[in-house]
Amino acid sequence: MTLEVVAFWAFAIVLVGAGLAVVLGKNLFHAVLWLALALVATAGVYLTLDAEFIAAVQVLLYAGGVVTVVVFAIVVTERLVGEKLSQTNRHITAGATVAVALLALLLRAIAQAQVTAAPPAPAGDLTRRLGTLLLTRYVLPFELLAVLLLVGLLGASYFARPEE
Amino acid sequence: MGLQAYLTLAAVVFCLGLFGTVTRRNTVGILLGIELMLNAVNINLVAFSRFRGDDSGMVLTLFAICITVAEVALGLAIVILLFRSRRTVSADHIDWLKG
Repeated sequence: MTLEVVAFWAFAIVLVGAGLAVVLGKNLFHAVLWLALALVATAGVYLTLDAEFIAAVQVLLYAGGVVTVVVFAIVVTERLVGEKLSQTNRHITAGATVAVALLALLLRAIAQAQVTAAPPAPAGDLTRRLGTLLLTRYVLPFELLAVLLLVGLLGASYFARPEE
Repeated sequence: MGLQAYLTLAAVVFCLGLFGTVTRRNTVGILLGIELMLNAVNINLVAFSRFRGDDSGMVLTLFAICITVAEVALGLAIVILLFRSRRTVSADHIDWLKG
């Protein structure tokens, strides 16, 4: 086995294990920390796909930003309510049935699909190519995204403003 | 690794996120399930982009990650807002539309 295969399986096992802990754990705060591990493992999966820039964005924005915001929200809300951090699941049988059925459907489609066996050789600097694409072909969505982030920032701060 | 290995991994993670989304009672827990599902879709995008030699998929992944960050910020702001009016985060108790 090559290093790439070992790395893929290691990251995949960590990702699935952490994902199970996210959806099944009793402690909400622990679930968020497991989600952070899952997101970092996803960044590792991106590395096995030679997408180092995406992996860096994943760690910075997701594992850094999202997890910080979620932890902040848990701290604020639990202090307001003063309950324990425990949480429970309901309708486990129905939820598991839906999830397993969808998984079977997806796996069947993947097994039947005609896919290319091996990726083409990496063609130079991915970060440079992504930067060029972002500022040429995708410059309009890029600027719209900046507006969206501004609107999201203003909206979130408006919702969470102090009570009058 | 072949493309099918990545697609299978993404399918498993997506179904885990779906399970969490439909079974969690806590609204923050539901958001975590949605995060897992979005993450799985991003794996698919990057894998297809790499195996097809087309960088557009990776650009789309960047957009998806940024939009997810905005979505989480707004979702949690709504959760905090719900707390102020209902003093609960349990989705079972947020049933104003029930007839």
